[in-house]
Amino acid sequence: MKMEHKASAEEDSKRGTVKVVNGRYKPSGLFHFISPNTPIKDETGKLMGITNPRDMTFIHSYGGEAIFFESMGLGKLMASRCDNPDCESKGSIFMPFRIHCPDCLFKNTVVDITERAKKNAIVHSFMITERTGAFNTLPTPIKFVNVEFEGVCTILMGALIRGEPKIGMRVVPIFKTKNPDYIITDMLWVPADWPTEDLPEGYTY
Amino acid sequence: MITFSDKQLKIPKMSKPVYLVTGGMSKFARAMPEKRTEEICIDAMTEAAKFIDMTPAQLKKYIHTCYYGHFADHFGDQLLGESVIHDRLGLDPLGNCGVKTGGATGGTTFWEAYKTIASGYSDCALAMGWERMDEVPTDEGNNLISCAADKDWETPMGHIYTGYYAVMAQKYWQVFGKQEESFRKTMAEIAVKNRGYARMNPHAQGPMDITVEDVLNSPIVAHPLRALDCCLMSVGAACGILADEKTAYEMTDNPLRIDLAAGSHTLRVADRRNMEIPLLPNETKEQYADLGQRFPGGDRYPGFTGFLAARMASYYAYRMVGIQDPTKDLDLVELHDAFTISDIQTYEDIGIRPYGEGRTYVESGDCYHTNPNTGEPGKLPANLSGGLIGNMHAVGATGIMQIIEVGQHIWNRWGEMHGDEAKWERFDREKPKDWKNLQVHGAKRGLAISHAGVGSHVTCTILQHPDHVLEGGTL
Ligand SMILES: [Zn+2]
Repeated sequence: MKMEHKASAEEDSKRGTVKVVNGRYKPSGLFHFISPNTPIKDETGKLMGITNPRDMTFIHSYGGEAIFFESMGLGKLMASRCDNPDCESKGSIFMPFRIHCPDCLFKNTVVDITERAKKNAIVHSFMITERTGAFNTLPTPIKFVNVEFEGVCTILMGALIRGEPKIGMRVVPIFKTKNPDYIITDMLWVPADWPTEDLPEGYTY
Repeated sequence: MITFSDKQLKIPKMSKPVYLVTGGMSKFARAMPEKRTEEICIDAMTEAAKFIDMTPAQLKKYIHTCYYGHFADHFGDQLLGESVIHDRLGLDPLGNCGVKTGGATGGTTFWEAYKTIASGYSDCALAMGWERMDEVPTDEGNNLISCAADKDWETPMGHIYTGYYAVMAQKYWQVFGKQEESFRKTMAEIAVKNRGYARMNPHAQGPMDITVEDVLNSPIVAHPLRALDCCLMSVGAACGILADEKTAYEMTDNPLRIDLAAGSHTLRVADRRNMEIPLLPNETKEQYADLGQRFPGGDRYPGFTGFLAARMASYYAYRMVGIQDPTKDLDLVELHDAFTISDIQTYEDIGIRPYGEGRTYVESGDCYHTNPNTGEPGKLPANLSGGLIGNMHAVGATGIMQIIEVGQHIWNRWGEMHGDEAKWERFDREKPKDWKNLQVHGAKRGLAISHAGVGSHVTCTILQHPDHVLEGGTL
């Protein structure tokens, strides 16, 4: 994957990392890098403003969704289901994963829908774009696909990394099982029956 | 299937009528390196004061509470930017509050001020909105906007919000547009219309005299959307003053009745679940029984093709004020034309046309100032300001700009506010030789839709001339 304007190796070697010990964050390393600001002037040399550079690392909790983000690296797609017998949405399966049922707010049960996704996921809608925002790591053009699963009440957005998207086509998830990043792009989509040899580096069925 | 309780569907009933006293706007532009945000806000406030022959100092004496709409702290790189503006407007120690609902921020800011007046807390309130999207380059700006999508589930995919929206456009294009060339042309006509109307607006950032072919030949952003189908990114401010009846008539002889309602829907399109269509007064359940047959794939509601938030905002608002049929009861509208296709989707959500038939609002000529098919006035002109496509999208100000634009027609002062030579000169813009007064003759009632992103928040504002207030509402 392309990485423009990447931080220097030296910066990255010092960049902050975090562990949780006894329920507390234990950060180590540097969480920001200081660069000087510069003046903005007009063509006559008159001061108009300044630039404000910044490079800072956040510490973000996945909380009850951690199981989803961890499972992708293990080649699994985890959804969640409301099992509250008194809920009007009882039995609803949610993908995107919801920690709590949006109707009764009971804690959902984690369910593995990997097989379901491999057998009968289809494209509900899609979009192809050359445009991206800063920090994008997906190759362009990006092909977004919205994926419908049998028996799931919502429609997941993902990126199709091989082939051309079409509404109604069957797609299959692939997972970054080698060096996962633990972000949503650890799962990408390819058309059904795409050859294993042609998956992106680090991704497997 | 999601269901709603009667309590959730209760039609709002306010304690007293609320009036729009005045409003004003700054110039809108892609960048304004020569101005700080407070200068732009003061421009808007000064115009609002002047509109009712007051000085800003006189106007400020009436204000009791202030609401500030500012979508993105990180665009201005200033937390509590609202407090900075409040201080620079010299409005301390009045109570004030920042409002953030993405693209609907402007409308929501008015919604808050409206409830404050209706409740009796204040007799007069300021609703001011702004955005400055020029303090980062476009690429970084796209990333910042994408942070308004779900940071874990969406943003890492491309950091491009347009993409998260465009999947809905694709679905609508295929299901309801049936990928027809004629539908694609209808989309383009909206872009031509709104950019053309922007030519008559000195505030507007994106006036263009273009043809359908120009739109169809502009670069592809995300099929079927092309560059000229998309809205602008702007710097600018707009404000309005709301008051109760007594105060409003102290301030001006011509306040307008104003009512607002709001709706919402999931931040991620992915989380939308199926439901029955909540019906507007001019619809029946039966008319949608065969929607899926007429438009294969169109039976899933709201699916990816309807904006439930817009539907709910108008569901509440129409019944609050007694609108039976928006096309008959209203004289003009300002809609959130972020993209030509989302404009069409909105026609359906707010009942200008039934679901599946939005395109006919354009094709009939009803949405024009002057119907190109008949040469007669359009039945319900839309976005005479130029909209987000031709005028501006300075996010926190957009919804307010729309309301003020509608108001200026009902005040019968559109020509004065847009034709003034001095204003064109002050904004360093050339008034076109063929400038045309787009005033809607005899406008009595109008609507403005303020809309966020993929449809997470929408407000529906109804303005009415006080001598022509509809009956049958809850007020
Ligand atoms: Zn439940």
